[in-house]
Amino acid sequence: MYGFEALTFNIHGGYLEAIVRGHRAGLLTAADYNNLCQCETLEDIKMHLSATEYGPYLQNEPSPLHTTTIVEKCTLKLVDEYKHMLCQATEPLSTFLEYITYGHMIDNVVLIVTGTLHERDVQELLEKCHPLGMFDSIATLAVAQNMRELYRLVLVDTPLAPYFSECITSEDLDDMNIEIMRNTLYKAYLEDFYRFCQKLGGATAEIMSDLLAFEADRRAVNITINSIGTELTRDDRRKLYSSFGLLYPYGHEELAVSEDVDQVRAVMEKYPPYQSIFSKLSYGESQMLDKAFYEEEVKRLCLAFEQQFHYGVFFAYMRLREQEIRNLMWISECVAQNQKSRVHDSVVFIF
Amino acid sequence: MEEERCYPTMDLLRSEPMQLAQLIIPMESAYLTVSYLGELGLFQFIDLNAEKSPFQRTYAGQIKRCGEMARKLRFFREQMMKAGLSPSSRAGTSSNVDLDDLENKLGELEADLLEINANNEKLHRTYTELLEYKLVLQKAGEFFSSAQSSAAAHQREFEGQHNGEGSIDSPLLIEQEMTTDPTKQVRLGYISGLVARHKSMAFERILFRATRGNVFLKQAVVDDPVMDPISGEKVEKNVFVIFFSGERAKNKIIKICEAFGANRYPFADDLGKQFQMITEVSGKLSELKTTIDAGVLHRSNLLQTIGYEYEQWNFLVKKEKSIYHTLNMLSFDVTKKCLVAEGWCPVFASKQIQSTLQQATFDSNSQVGAIFQVLQTKESPPTYFRTNKFTSAFQEIVDAYGVAKYQEANPGVYTVITFPFLFAVMFGDWGHGICLLLATLYFIIREKKFSNQKLGDIVEMTFGGRYVILMMALFSIYTGLIYNEFFSVPFELFGKSAYECRDPSCRDATTAGLIKAHDTYPFGVDPKWHGSRSELPFLNSLKMKMSILLGVAQMNLGIIMSYFNAKFFDDKLNIWYQFVPQMIFLNSLFGYLSLLIIVKWCTGSQADLYHIMIYMFLSPTDDLGENQLFFGQKFFQLLLLFLALVAVPWMLFPKPFLLRKQHEERHQGRSYALLDSTDDPLDEDPHHGSHGHEEFEFSEVIVHQLIHTIEFVLGAVSNTASYLRLWALSLAHSELSSVFYDKVLLLAWGFNNVIVLIIGIVVFVFATVGVLLVMETLSAFLHALRLHWVEFQNKFYEGNGYKFYPFSFALVAEEEE
Repeated sequence: MYGFEALTFNIHGGYLEAIVRGHRAGLLTAADYNNLCQCETLEDIKMHLSATEYGPYLQNEPSPLHTTTIVEKCTLKLVDEYKHMLCQATEPLSTFLEYITYGHMIDNVVLIVTGTLHERDVQELLEKCHPLGMFDSIATLAVAQNMRELYRLVLVDTPLAPYFSECITSEDLDDMNIEIMRNTLYKAYLEDFYRFCQKLGGATAEIMSDLLAFEADRRAVNITINSIGTELTRDDRRKLYSSFGLLYPYGHEELAVSEDVDQVRAVMEKYPPYQSIFSKLSYGESQMLDKAFYEEEVKRLCLAFEQQFHYGVFFAYMRLREQEIRNLMWISECVAQNQKSRVHDSVVFIF
Repeated sequence: MEEERCYPTMDLLRSEPMQLAQLIIPMESAYLTVSYLGELGLFQFIDLNAEKSPFQRTYAGQIKRCGEMARKLRFFREQMMKAGLSPSSRAGTSSNVDLDDLENKLGELEADLLEINANNEKLHRTYTELLEYKLVLQKAGEFFSSAQSSAAAHQREFEGQHNGEGSIDSPLLIEQEMTTDPTKQVRLGYISGLVARHKSMAFERILFRATRGNVFLKQAVVDDPVMDPISGEKVEKNVFVIFFSGERAKNKIIKICEAFGANRYPFADDLGKQFQMITEVSGKLSELKTTIDAGVLHRSNLLQTIGYEYEQWNFLVKKEKSIYHTLNMLSFDVTKKCLVAEGWCPVFASKQIQSTLQQATFDSNSQVGAIFQVLQTKESPPTYFRTNKFTSAFQEIVDAYGVAKYQEANPGVYTVITFPFLFAVMFGDWGHGICLLLATLYFIIREKKFSNQKLGDIVEMTFGGRYVILMMALFSIYTGLIYNEFFSVPFELFGKSAYECRDPSCRDATTAGLIKAHDTYPFGVDPKWHGSRSELPFLNSLKMKMSILLGVAQMNLGIIMSYFNAKFFDDKLNIWYQFVPQMIFLNSLFGYLSLLIIVKWCTGSQADLYHIMIYMFLSPTDDLGENQLFFGQKFFQLLLLFLALVAVPWMLFPKPFLLRKQHEERHQGRSYALLDSTDDPLDEDPHHGSHGHEEFEFSEVIVHQLIHTIEFVLGAVSNTASYLRLWALSLAHSELSSVFYDKVLLLAWGFNNVIVLIIGIVVFVFATVGVLLVMETLSAFLHALRLHWVEFQNKFYEGNGYKFYPFSFALVAEEEE
């Protein structure tokens, strides 16, 4: 019932929407970033953050701080907030919230599998996993030798199982395979999430399809750029593109045959929303692309808050917080390594 | 100064006169000065470095150190909580602990504690591992012995069969084993250990999948939760034994065990070895136990010594932090040798502050003294009332609506009496009043004890308002006596009732009524009214009229307060074009109604007041007829009506025009300074900047005035009606209590049955406490609050000031993190 959410949305979603908007108000502001960028040591960063919502999470950290501690604690705050919201949520919001974490789950699976491939310690790998993407038997992933085993042993119990159906091969795992697996999984995940949002209908469908389409297009561009010069065939490449988004289907055809960054650029400039991103980059450059995409994403995520009575705000909030944590990590790293001149290189402001 | 003598000294009516002061403090005595000012607690520092971020300020380093110490203290506190110790609240007196010493000491203590903890943890880990091992040995031993006994039964049938543990595959193995040579048989390996119970299902499933079912798992439940060696938490666990064949399976199983956090322990096949191991493990366990006990004792001793001084340290650190925080608000002098502080302080405190500064200079052996000078300012100073423990709660009630503008008339003065009184009008029952009184007396008597400890949310609130409740209780006993209600039962306390039955049998008391036989009942409502058929009409008429009288009186008080405000701030416009017409308007309508009520009470007339009031507007020239209460009433009414009609435009028009005129005069020639405002420091200011160039939008002013006028005119009617809530709540209260009394207590009494009576009394008590004493108190409180905030305060109170918040260690100590 598009347009009539106002009547019924608040029955189940009102409380949590209020909560998430409250959390959003707690995001660091321009003044905060300004001050953070001027910090001389990690202690200064801690001192500054203690005046923000991160305060309670950092106050009990003993003095020689590390970047990882700061990031870990900040992530912990996000996880706590997420868990609180998930506890309060009813269907279909709870499913929606769970969908948000599947991306991290895929990343974690890939992380562990790659790690075991290079014979790293499982415990060490587990610590590196994103806490939002944890599931019960994640440690068991180390046992698997090939994808079929991976699926049959562990992933069949997780929500990722359906996404796996497309990439089951009996081949042994290697770096290339894993990367393809990640992208196939991601493609299946995005498509599934997209279908789910369409099913929800209303403003959620409208806003989320926009956000997810952007995500899908960004992935398509990244896959293309990363696969240039590798042995990935054009057909294989095309298979990794999600079947929705602005680039679907004609843009995908063109991307699939692109051979260098400038060709990708030529394809993307045909799409007005992406023109502005690529116009910022000079020819032949792909380093700054990530930042440009992040900036565009943040802009879109912030816009999601302009409309009421939809679930997109939850997605947007989680993404914004993650971006903020990435920013904090970058700032902390710059401060810790005395590279303050590069502070602004990768910080994406959220306003 | 002279003017002040005209007013009686009523400290609460006007907030303390404040001044903006500048302190110039030499660097070397800055710390001590701020610290002494903190002890004094009468100076509110203004942040002069607002544009600097916290870590760019001068004393950021010290604040970080304090933060670090606070963290250590929190760590100690946490450790003490875990050990079940509470920091002794013994207020330490030896306050001369140096910050550096304290920092070192805390660092040492933390290192000690961490080391002890680490050692204990290590020991504990081995201890719990051994415990788990013991469990495995016991449980797994049971498997094997039971398996062996069942195997013995099998053996009778199938010679040479392997131990009967593989019961799943045994049917499959049977045939094979019958045919094959027993020596060629594959030896099954096994792994034993413990796994958390909630993971055991998933564990089994994964094992099954990973080995494609070629595994046999046996589990036994451990009854008591086991301490997990890694996390140190109590977890419910299962002992398991896995049987498998082949090296690859073993590797897989070991990996899965690791992934599930299942601890593996070696296990001997042989019975004799098992016993040996069990005794070995038990021996080690008891040895470890004594070591651990010694460690724990050592730790709790250390914590106890920390606990003795914890509170003192904690306060000291908080104090230090607040001092440095304040020092960060000061700015540097141009010479960089002095710190400059600006802040508000009450005028009366100038002497104290100066002597404090001298003391600090003296104590820090500084060559130069600190300078105290008063600054001229246009900023509005903070509002500071010197309240005591009795008045503070009432002032809180007013502040909750809005903090008074600087030196504005403070309604808190009147609230002390009017608030509990209006409450009591709605809560008139001296039985209930006594209950409230006892409850609040409990709080007041144990005041010292309660104020030192932390109370729950609701208790805290009740405790904070104990004196408000005391007044409320006293007043409700008073009004209860007037209403003559004691849990809705009337008493003949002040003499005999004035009424009697017509004849001794009292048969026609409810039909024909009573006759007046004695003098009027001397105080309050005659008890005979209670339970009579005309009780409600009588009490309603009484309470309704009383509410209107109280309301009109309180609103008049509000308007008179606006006069005092206007006089104090020397605002002639407000006196003549706001106060006067407002008084006239309110009193010519509702003041007149009050007059009528009083006349009617005194004369006992039958006149219909509704009729009089309504036809005063509808047809003012008609004769009043039988409703006439006094001579010349008609002309009097015409006069009042005329005055009321004149008062409205009087309120509306002159003020905006006069304001415009004033504005123009001020602009056209500065020489025409307003004579009557020369003592206003603002107008003497030669720069005059922001004030003079202020935009004067005439239409805006007139709209503003229009809104004010409409609000007042309509408000006069609606606010008077609003006071009728006094009657409504009072009615509700007395009806509810009489329902509980009649329908519960008397009904139960009528059954002549002890059990029913007891049930009746219990229900009555709970209903009285729950509904009447708690809910009704709350609702009457809220309505009294509303009458004060809206009906009373909107007549004069602006409430747009801000509170004086001095830098004070007493406040720092109160702050809880």
